[in-house]
Amino acid sequence: MIINVARKELKSFFASPMGWIILSVLMGALGFLYLEGVNNYFAVMSGAIRPAERVGVTIHVGEIVYRDASFLMLIAVPMLSMRLISEERRGQTLPFLISAPISLTEIVLGKFLGLVIYLGILVFYIFVMLSTLNFWADIDFGYLIGNSLGLFLLIASFSALGIYFSSLTNQPIIAAILCFITLFALMKLGQYFASDPNHWFGYISFTNHFQSFSRGVLDSSDIIYFILFIVTFLTLTIRRLDSDRLRG
Amino acid sequence: MSDVTLKAINLSRLFGENQVVADVSFNLKRGEVLGFLGPNGAGKSTTMRMLTGNLAPSAGEIKICGIDIIEDPKKAKALLGYLPEIRPLYKEFTVDEFLTIAARFHKVPSSKIKKSVEIVKDRCGLADMSKRLIENLSNGFQQRVGIAQAIIHNPEIVILDEPTVGLDPNQIRAIRKLIKEIGSKYSVIISTHILSEVEMICDRVQFIKQGKLVYQGTIKELKEQRSEKLLVGLSKAPTLAQLKKIKGVDKVEKDENGMFVFQFKEKYLPAEEIVDLSAKEGWGLYHITRFTTSLEEFFVELTKSNN
Repeated sequence: MIINVARKELKSFFASPMGWIILSVLMGALGFLYLEGVNNYFAVMSGAIRPAERVGVTIHVGEIVYRDASFLMLIAVPMLSMRLISEERRGQTLPFLISAPISLTEIVLGKFLGLVIYLGILVFYIFVMLSTLNFWADIDFGYLIGNSLGLFLLIASFSALGIYFSSLTNQPIIAAILCFITLFALMKLGQYFASDPNHWFGYISFTNHFQSFSRGVLDSSDIIYFILFIVTFLTLTIRRLDSDRLRG
Repeated sequence: MSDVTLKAINLSRLFGENQVVADVSFNLKRGEVLGFLGPNGAGKSTTMRMLTGNLAPSAGEIKICGIDIIEDPKKAKALLGYLPEIRPLYKEFTVDEFLTIAARFHKVPSSKIKKSVEIVKDRCGLADMSKRLIENLSNGFQQRVGIAQAIIHNPEIVILDEPTVGLDPNQIRAIRKLIKEIGSKYSVIISTHILSEVEMICDRVQFIKQGKLVYQGTIKELKEQRSEKLLVGLSKAPTLAQLKKIKGVDKVEKDENGMFVFQFKEKYLPAEEIVDLSAKEGWGLYHITRFTTSLEEFFVELTKSNN
């Protein structure tokens, strides 16, 4: 059933121009970043005289692409997630799902999965794009896989938060704005507390946890952080929908 | 297995302090169309939302073919088809796409989805609309899509909330015919505030007012509630007491036009006596007709008497 709900969401993304436009704009932007990374690789590396300053092409290009991809997602995810539940509220289509033999958990997980699969296309696209470097260089696939996993978990966390905000209101735009502000705070505020590595905000912000992935390190505490974040907001969403049923 | 498909036992629902549905109990039998009547805001839609698991009742039980909808919602909901007052249609899809999704969500086996979509389109007169976007369909056709999604999985019980509101007379007729057809196969609950509709399509009616059931009965019983009356015009009328003495007359009232309304004992038409007496006593009879009170009057009385 979760799969069926996810299929419906995916179909709905691609039934409107919005879904195609966001996907193509993001692909275009990522392609541009990739191209720029490759273009200035030699320029930067020829300027680096000491061997310690030299990095491989995978890291040089990958760093640019993955860092900026996470930032692009900060804008893209709220735009995509905003309509998942609030649009159903506004169009009064939720009874269609609720009176079908599907539990609320399945509805929420299905919607989450649909969005994550849609965004997963981009993660896969970035991976394939960077893999093409392998035609003329010997690239570090471990680094790519680590980064892909990190980006994927980051996107999934964004989506979980986006769905939660979408369940709070019947105005998609408000859901998008709230989601964007929160994501922005979680992404960027970490930098201001960077001087104190033990500051509590450092622990809850995305940046620190994403950084270890982008160095190619798979730290189980970071993976757990993302999973906990996703589970928390999906549970809150289910609770929120259930309270509609209870309180009316 | 018993014939009762749906059982509501002492359903109540509070919104804050406000009691919207109070102690409503009723049964629905297989192959029966139950009309759910009541003025606006009486609690019809709230009751239907509870029956379909969209709203949790504050107290009471709902059994769908013996399955409690609160304890085992998935199993119970699989036996239900529901069309809320506001059609839950994803307008960005075509009719085929939407019905396929509806079939999938209602656990129609994937090998049968295509066929059940075809069948339901045929039944609802949507065969020519397959590839059209729901958004571009007219109101009446959108309503048909709404009904189609409610019956695609051959549910035991179909619940339709005001299915004919906002349609033109031709569309209303087509939808009523469709509901009647559905009613011959499944149990149907429809809510409405149009009385003639009830008379046309329902087997049984119940009337809800301020959250309470105030009347339950078959359509035949309901029709018996209508009484025949005589409207008589007399230019030189005697007193009401004198008129009441006429054989067979139960009650006489003077209406706002100065005419007399005679209620008479069952199956005894006192027209002849009135005419004879009038000629003898010189009351100046100038008008006499027989008429039947409408269901509407019955319901107006019903709402009044409970105020």
